[in-house]
Amino acid sequence: MIARLADGASRRALGLLAAVFAALAIAPFVVNDYLLTVMIVALYLAYTGQAWNIMMGFAGQLSLGNAIYAGLGAYVAAVLFTRYGVAPWLGLLVAIPVTAACAAVIGFLAFRFGVAGVYFAILTIAFAEFARVGFDHLDFVHASAGLFLPVTQYTHDDLWRLRGNPTMFYYVILAATAVAFLLSRALLKSRIGYFWLAIREDEQAARAAGIDTFRYKMFALMISAAVTSFAGVFYAFFYNNLFPEQVFNITQSIEMILGPIIGGVGTLFGPVLGAFVLTGMAESVTSIMAALGFDLPGAKQVFYGICLLLVVVALPEGIWPPLARRLGIDRLGINKAGIDKDRR
Amino acid sequence: MTALLSLDRLSKRFRGLVAVDGVSFAVPEGAIFAVIGPNGAGKTTLFNMIAGAIAPDSGTVSFAGEDITGLAPDAVCRRGIARTFQLVRPFPALSLEDNVIVGALLRRTDVDAARVKARELLRRFDLFDRRHQPASSLTLPDRKRLEVMRALATEPKLLLLDEVVAGLRPTEVDRLVTVLRELNRDIGLTILLIEHVMRAVMALASRVVVLDHGTAIAEGEPHEVVRDPAVVQSYLGQSEVDIRVV
Repeated sequence: MIARLADGASRRALGLLAAVFAALAIAPFVVNDYLLTVMIVALYLAYTGQAWNIMMGFAGQLSLGNAIYAGLGAYVAAVLFTRYGVAPWLGLLVAIPVTAACAAVIGFLAFRFGVAGVYFAILTIAFAEFARVGFDHLDFVHASAGLFLPVTQYTHDDLWRLRGNPTMFYYVILAATAVAFLLSRALLKSRIGYFWLAIREDEQAARAAGIDTFRYKMFALMISAAVTSFAGVFYAFFYNNLFPEQVFNITQSIEMILGPIIGGVGTLFGPVLGAFVLTGMAESVTSIMAALGFDLPGAKQVFYGICLLLVVVALPEGIWPPLARRLGIDRLGINKAGIDKDRR
Repeated sequence: MTALLSLDRLSKRFRGLVAVDGVSFAVPEGAIFAVIGPNGAGKTTLFNMIAGAIAPDSGTVSFAGEDITGLAPDAVCRRGIARTFQLVRPFPALSLEDNVIVGALLRRTDVDAARVKARELLRRFDLFDRRHQPASSLTLPDRKRLEVMRALATEPKLLLLDEVVAGLRPTEVDRLVTVLRELNRDIGLTILLIEHVMRAVMALASRVVVLDHGTAIAEGEPHEVVRDPAVVQSYLGQSEVDIRVV
């Protein structure tokens, strides 16, 4: 299985991947608490960006409401934990089907009735907003007052119940990001991945080639939602508080998609690279502004806007594809010439 | 020979315009059948109805004894009818090989097996050496060949070719014609083609139906049909001139 996942990847791509992973794995030993928190945020966005990339980058379906899946995952796991003492990993087993079912409803409504492109994007926003307003009035989850997870001083890390120090959370989200990366690659290299790319490139031609596009678009949505739901579980147990106004907010959805757009939509490395570049630079801007004595709320959002503008104008493919070409790795992190040398 | 595809009084109108008006014909298994006619005769509409891209207002399409009228395009393809588009529609960002693999994955789940099938086709169509190029970088004749390869990769019983040699140079036309004849002979592929290029029609088709203003005005052997006065008139207006087979 592992050999199969590495199959066809160029030496350079594998080497780069190993170096990045090693650097991230030793990071908690060398960085301070503040930087560790920043890296957790970056990995969180890398993870959610990869999930979004499955839907948009592979299957070409633009979702601007992925916060609904993270939010649902967060609430399901948090409610199960606070009310019934169910551990988050077991809560995840409930959160995944719930979010996938939610995605199935959205997908069914959109794809059965021919809602596509920007109209589909608007539908996803509408659902996320609907969830935000709905949860804001749902007393079972304490409505707008927010749902809180009990917090104490931790002497040791409890991985099973996700109670512990930032370092533990860092490794959890790092592992999740690695799994999401491998999952993305496995999907992309399989039959479903080819069908998604065909749908993304030309849906009519895909149908003419016998692809049941409705079915495969549904799969893309449901897988993306299921992957995103874990991010929600993580969010709930890391921040220990959930407010509908925050978790379902459109800014959450937008932050999830900025990483892949800046890094490179449809690529494997792009969402991870984009999330780190964006988070790193945004935090630097905030720190520099603070050091200079400015305290401007919304400076981060303005900065995101500028980054997006620059990338759209200067590097429409994102940062990763041109970087990959320079490094001698092709855009999907798969060196095609390499495959042939091995196989012939 | 039994009919693989039969159309029974197929009709389609767009608002007031009657695009196809009660067309019936049968394509025998193993035949190469051509639909010709002047621009706007309803040929592409007819194709779209067979392929499931548009639903007919009335009439039926039967394939291998089954009524497939109004089925979705992907369902039609899975039953064994593959088509090419008049305005080519490759998957632009995918390599030539990946384009064909998508087609080949219809009948197989394993990507490596699909790659083997794709390469077989790439060799047959002389595009093996260019298999890693993105489809967007190909010239029009190569894109046309790609369309045919992707359709063939789905392993159809019937191949619908919509003006697949239009815009090709005579030598390229001959090359494609040769490959199509081979496929017809070797694997018994039935082909239904729309074509303007008479050179290809005469070389390929065993039977021709002529459409004009949405109706079938003649059907027969290619050489009979081009001498049919009604056909000559539809192409050239009121004239005695014969259609020269160039």
